[in-house]
Amino acid sequence: MKNKKIFENVVHGVFLILGLITVGCVLLITVYLFAAGIPAIREIGLFPFLFGKTWESTSADPSYGILPFILTSIYGTAGAMILGVPIGFLTAVYLSKLAPKRVKAAVGAAVSLLAGIPSVVYGLVGMLVLVPGIRKLFHLADGASLLAAIIVLAVMVLPSIIKVSITALDAVPEEYEYASLALGATPIETYFKVSVPAAKSGIAAAVVLGIGRAIGEAMAVMMVSGNVANMPGLFESVRFLTTAVASEMSYSSGLQRQALFSIALVLFLFIMLINGVLNLLLKGKKEA
Amino acid sequence: MQEGKISKRRRMYEALMKAAMWISVACTCALVAFLILYVLVKGLPHISWSFLSGKPSYLSGNIGILPDILNTVYIVLAALLVVLPLGVGAAIYLTEYAGNKQVVGVIEYAAETLSGIPSIIYGLVGMLFFCQFLNMKTSLLAGALTLVIMNLPTVMRTTQESLKTVPWSYREGAFGLGAGKWRMIRTVVLPGCVDGVITGCILSVGRILGESAALLFTAGFAHALHGIVNGLSSSGATLTVALYVYAKEQGEFEVAFAIAAILMVLTLVINLSAVWVGRVFEKRRRI
Amino acid sequence: MSDIVTVENMCLWYGEHQALKNITIKIPQKSITAFIGPSGCGKSTFLKSLNRMNDLIQGVKITGDVKYNGKNIYDPSVDVNELRREIGMVFQKPNPFPMSIYDNIAYGPRTHGIRNKAKLDEIVEQSLKDAAIWEEVKDRLKKNALGLSGGQQQRICIARALAVKPKVLLMDEPTSALDPISTSKIEELTVKLKEEYTIIIVTHNMQQAVRISDQTAFFLLGELVEYGNTETLFSTPKDQRTEDYITGRFG
Repeated sequence: MKNKKIFENVVHGVFLILGLITVGCVLLITVYLFAAGIPAIREIGLFPFLFGKTWESTSADPSYGILPFILTSIYGTAGAMILGVPIGFLTAVYLSKLAPKRVKAAVGAAVSLLAGIPSVVYGLVGMLVLVPGIRKLFHLADGASLLAAIIVLAVMVLPSIIKVSITALDAVPEEYEYASLALGATPIETYFKVSVPAAKSGIAAAVVLGIGRAIGEAMAVMMVSGNVANMPGLFESVRFLTTAVASEMSYSSGLQRQALFSIALVLFLFIMLINGVLNLLLKGKKEA
Repeated sequence: MQEGKISKRRRMYEALMKAAMWISVACTCALVAFLILYVLVKGLPHISWSFLSGKPSYLSGNIGILPDILNTVYIVLAALLVVLPLGVGAAIYLTEYAGNKQVVGVIEYAAETLSGIPSIIYGLVGMLFFCQFLNMKTSLLAGALTLVIMNLPTVMRTTQESLKTVPWSYREGAFGLGAGKWRMIRTVVLPGCVDGVITGCILSVGRILGESAALLFTAGFAHALHGIVNGLSSSGATLTVALYVYAKEQGEFEVAFAIAAILMVLTLVINLSAVWVGRVFEKRRRI
Repeated sequence: MSDIVTVENMCLWYGEHQALKNITIKIPQKSITAFIGPSGCGKSTFLKSLNRMNDLIQGVKITGDVKYNGKNIYDPSVDVNELRREIGMVFQKPNPFPMSIYDNIAYGPRTHGIRNKAKLDEIVEQSLKDAAIWEEVKDRLKKNALGLSGGQQQRICIARALAVKPKVLLMDEPTSALDPISTSKIEELTVKLKEEYTIIIVTHNMQQAVRISDQTAFFLLGELVEYGNTETLFSTPKDQRTEDYITGRFG
């Protein structure tokens, strides 16, 4: 009898440890990023690091300013949202409210497929279709640019925006829609003026999730953005926070390498901020 | 009904919104169709038996992707082998053991945080922790363990979802027969979460297949042919990483497209099987 | 007193199932008409066919004439949105939109093209006063309507329906989800509203029908069994089935 009790306690303990592994992983990642990222920031100085406009890590007199990366990431993400949110949102409204069941299932499957395509495939197609296209269309020397990255990111965030928005729109009680129709509003007016406002926190969560995806994407962006540490411009070759880390990691050393970790730390803080906002939105929805 | 019809302004609004929605849906569908067709048309013609079964050689100028295929298989197996017990265990702890709401909250928050972290950061921390701190060097094993952390929330969540559908009465029934907690879990809870585990597996495989940024610095990008034991301890590229290397570093676009076509087909298969598994278990549950 | 809604030989099918059989009824304006009958007798279905809310359900087929002010509402030339503006509806469960009280009331007028702020303010105030809830909410018009009690929410829904200035108000068991005090407030309100509006109310509660209605229609298994002056119907029913029902022998 006593043995059995000990045994059960041991099992309980094992499961507790398994349960806490996720927490351990988050702590591990946080601790490692801070430990690896702080030294370079100390050496370079927080202000020159965050707001320095030049990144010349390999020159004789290196400078480590990551403002170009930060701004590129922000502009790139904003651009992707400007393109992706309206398309994703309108697609979601159509699929949730107007589409016949079969169309909803078929397009839903297509959207899932879009979500499953590896990012390097997006990068590859972007490299061979988008980059030359932009070069020809705007008569540039090189089409690898912020614009190309924005378009690729817009495509990549579509599935998250569509799926999360659909879930939110599907959850709007039918009674709201009946009330609106009974007042003489048309179905379309009802969907946009009642259903969408009722689902607004879920739709906002979809957008924030998309922002997180866009700001964290590395490989696809690396393949189409030209990867030069310029201040961002629509037709400039640019480097994102993510690609700054990825492109120099393999051959870096010393302070340069440490600075790359600092960039990762900055990216991590951005992501944590976005996660925080996302959680607030989702929690707010649950309470309402 | 004196006026008869709704105002012109409202009819304009109707037409405009409808048009905007149709354009958006058309854009989305056209995009999917274009991506699939373009990649398949560009890639399928370059796939041949020798391409699938050979290894790259600078001497003969041949390119074969067998090593990359094997690396992918090894890394999927290794990652699943570790992530399944961890993820399922965590889910069981959350649904069966955890009494403290705050502990549950913290664990779920941690899982959400993990699923929001971009893969490049996983790659970096994986490199620092597994490759350097645990001295695994750049190896498939280090890559697989990095992927374990990435996929932990997925397996945990799908298992949790399926555990929620196991009725409480089953558990009470098992306890009523005098079963200990562990015995109850083994006989009632574990069989009940099979569908969640399978779904979690499928989603994880999909994610591992598509992953590149997290593997670049942990598993590396060699194309050598190994057995599974040697393979795990040496550096190697998965298909996705190989695609990146061939396209970006070597300019071998035909090879890249061939791999892209293979990945596209696999993605399709994975999506379909996820839907199919969902349906099968849905049906079984209803009976 | 003229009839505002007239229905002749109206039948309604859900797919193969006939839910309403040869309904013929004339409803006088500026009065309260109650529809009573056991669950599933078709009274709610009939109510919803008067402002074509049944259009939303797939597979519904309707034959016969349903006329509003002498015009068949199922005629292709009729705009269903304009029809619903004239024939408003209040639902069983209070369903204010998840927005402010003000926006709830202003939703209808805005939909129908009123943009002027002063005009909207006036409509909102008048509608809330007509629904006898102005005093309770005038200081919190910007607060979310979902924060109100169930009875208050239902009066907000009535105010919202009044704001588009309908001629007819359909009420589908408007008090079944409410407590007795809220119920009596809504009943008082309904009686007051008949000075201006034609009210058709579906109710489970026979005392309610007696208390407030001028005419009562008794439905059973998709048929209109008996229709007439409320007092007469309840005191001297002509049909045995009506008598059985109102004396509580079934339903």
